[in-house]
Amino acid sequence: MLEIKNLHVKLEEEDKQILKGVDLTVEAGKVHAIMGPNGSGKSTLSYVLSGRGGYEVTEGEATLLGEDLLDMDPEERAAAGVFLAFQYPVEIPGVGNMTFLRTAVNAQRKARGEEEISAADFLKLVREKAKTLKIDAEMLKRPVNVGFSGGEKKRNEILQMAMLEPKLCILDETDSGLDVDAMKLVSDGVNALRDEGRGFLVITHYQRLLDHIKPDVVHIMADGRIIKTGGPELALEVEQNGYADLLAEVQ
Amino acid sequence: MTAILSETIKTKPSARRDEETAARLAVMSAGATEGWSVANREAALERVKSMGLPQPRDEYWRWTRPASLIAPEAPTASVFDPAETPIFDAVDRVKVVFIDGVFSAEESDPLELAGVSIERLVEATSDIHWASELYGKLEARGQSPVERPLAALNTWAATDGLLIRVTGKAEKPISLIYKHASETSDATLHHVIKLEEGAELTLLENGPAAARFNKVMEVDVADEARFHHVRAQGRDHERRAATHIFARLGRESLFKSFTLTANGVMTRNEAVIELLGDDAMAHVAGACMGDGDFHHDDTVFVTHDALNCESRQVFKKVLKNGAQGIFQGKILVKDGAQKTDGYQISQSLLLDGDSTFLAKPELEIYADDVACSHGSTSGAMDEEALFYLRSRGVPMAEAQNLMVIAFIAEALDEIEDEGLRAELLDRLTGWLDRRRG
Ligand SMILES: Nc1ncnc2c1ncn2[C@@H]1O[C@H](COP(=O)(O)OP(=O)(O)O)[C@@H](O)[C@H]1O
Ligand SMILES: [Mg+2]
Repeated sequence: MLEIKNLHVKLEEEDKQILKGVDLTVEAGKVHAIMGPNGSGKSTLSYVLSGRGGYEVTEGEATLLGEDLLDMDPEERAAAGVFLAFQYPVEIPGVGNMTFLRTAVNAQRKARGEEEISAADFLKLVREKAKTLKIDAEMLKRPVNVGFSGGEKKRNEILQMAMLEPKLCILDETDSGLDVDAMKLVSDGVNALRDEGRGFLVITHYQRLLDHIKPDVVHIMADGRIIKTGGPELALEVEQNGYADLLAEVQ
Repeated sequence: MTAILSETIKTKPSARRDEETAARLAVMSAGATEGWSVANREAALERVKSMGLPQPRDEYWRWTRPASLIAPEAPTASVFDPAETPIFDAVDRVKVVFIDGVFSAEESDPLELAGVSIERLVEATSDIHWASELYGKLEARGQSPVERPLAALNTWAATDGLLIRVTGKAEKPISLIYKHASETSDATLHHVIKLEEGAELTLLENGPAAARFNKVMEVDVADEARFHHVRAQGRDHERRAATHIFARLGRESLFKSFTLTANGVMTRNEAVIELLGDDAMAHVAGACMGDGDFHHDDTVFVTHDALNCESRQVFKKVLKNGAQGIFQGKILVKDGAQKTDGYQISQSLLLDGDSTFLAKPELEIYADDVACSHGSTSGAMDEEALFYLRSRGVPMAEAQNLMVIAFIAEALDEIEDEGLRAELLDRLTGWLDRRRG
């Protein structure tokens, strides 16, 4: 469903090439993991796919179900089915979490020509999904991510994902800063969304998240490229030996 | 600590000031020639003559050009008729309508409300009146340490307004509606509001009032009384307004004022508040949204002169296309005003590089056991937050509106009544949606 071909990306403001020819295909119903050392370009890839400013695509393409993603505004990509669970979810003082969620759900429905969800139905749905993620009503009332702990922020990301039902879920280090219990909650939330029609791109540093969210394919990214692709065993290999051997192998 | 209160900031003599003051006075006259108010008005005229009208070099007029506010004739302002239900229409209230600054009996409700007496200033012509203790008196107190000549001019010349005396808890708000009908109208209104011990009143104001509007409101809040003020200034693009609130607070009293301003080529809102009784609380807040030819100035002076009082000043400005925002806010804590809790914040959200915000926050403290904080910020919209919203499918315009509302929220929260707060929020959202649509 997601096709990335020879993607080259540099910073808009600087002469710095970050992605240097990424090739990647994610099929519907599959979970792909991307691992790699810090600074290899994993977050950049997730931002470029979701349309954040500040980057310039110099070569290559990225399509979702045949549609050119790179040409769309972030909100259009969201409506087309892209969802990024941020590595660092943004705090927005003054905007209530509920208001935000409802605005987002309705905006996407509108963009797809669907009817808006009623306030009552929305409330019911949020409460239900929040409950499974152990997000309490108080948290829903607060401004978006303001005063949330690291774990609460990540759970909030998964709640948004569950509400928006995207086609492509990109998770950027959703495990960072989570304790074991929170990791379990988040993973259960993600696993509940696993579905024939949905693809996942799970970016992580550590194998431990992949114990909970079992990947079908594992990619190793280094210096702006996918340097190796394999099965789940590749993650274990990295866990045991680090990236050094893999990097040496490529060079 | 010894009290060396700042000297009155005297206007400097200048030939131009004398000339412009004389020219203005020449086309005006005393608002009444009989009854109790005459003496108060004459005293005010003396104040105007000795101070002179504002000049651009005066300390508190550097950022707001006074010329159009003191010119003998009001610059014309076309009437704007937004196709929307007037604000506060759904509120159960006593409606008092002024058209170009003249009371309209026809459009107003009967001036009746249990526990409240409401009277027109121009009809109160007896020789003795409770309002003589306040009319122009709070204004005169407020002339030091900063002079406010336009308010004194108003006291002398006001041609209409209300005298409101509240003895109990008013069961519904009094709602002043200022309609603008003539492109050249120049209105001068003066209200006096006296809340007796333990009394409570909500006063609503909305509308542009006139091409040029000079309004003074003097509010005396006795011990344990509560006063709520919610105002939406008129949206006529070319209107001009200079308004003053002078308030005096007794023990354990509450004063809350919130102003929403959208449009208007020139607005100067001054609030001068004295906390004179222990444990009193004064909150003044405002939110404005300016687009293009828009100049909005909030000038606030809060004096703490009693124990354990709290004051808050919360002002938010959203500016674009060259709009200008000004904030001049002061907290003065007098010797002996211990346990003062003073807070002041003024912030602007600049939606482009053309708009400007200037702020002059001042603290002057002569007591040692106080907590006062103030802050002022000016910035563009948070790009990270915008992207976050958009990445969830919220379109750009809607995301920006959410951010604007979020920015203003802290000021809006100063409105205690939930219904009124919701109404203003609703209005604001509607204006934003239309503006971008
Ligand atoms: N906006 C930016 N400004 C400057 N450098 C950036 C920016 N975005 C990414 N980089 C740089 O690009 C490289 C890849 O970063 P990133 O995508 O965050 O890597 P990862 O997520 O794999 O740790 C790093 O060297 C990082 O410093
Ligand atoms: Mg990263």
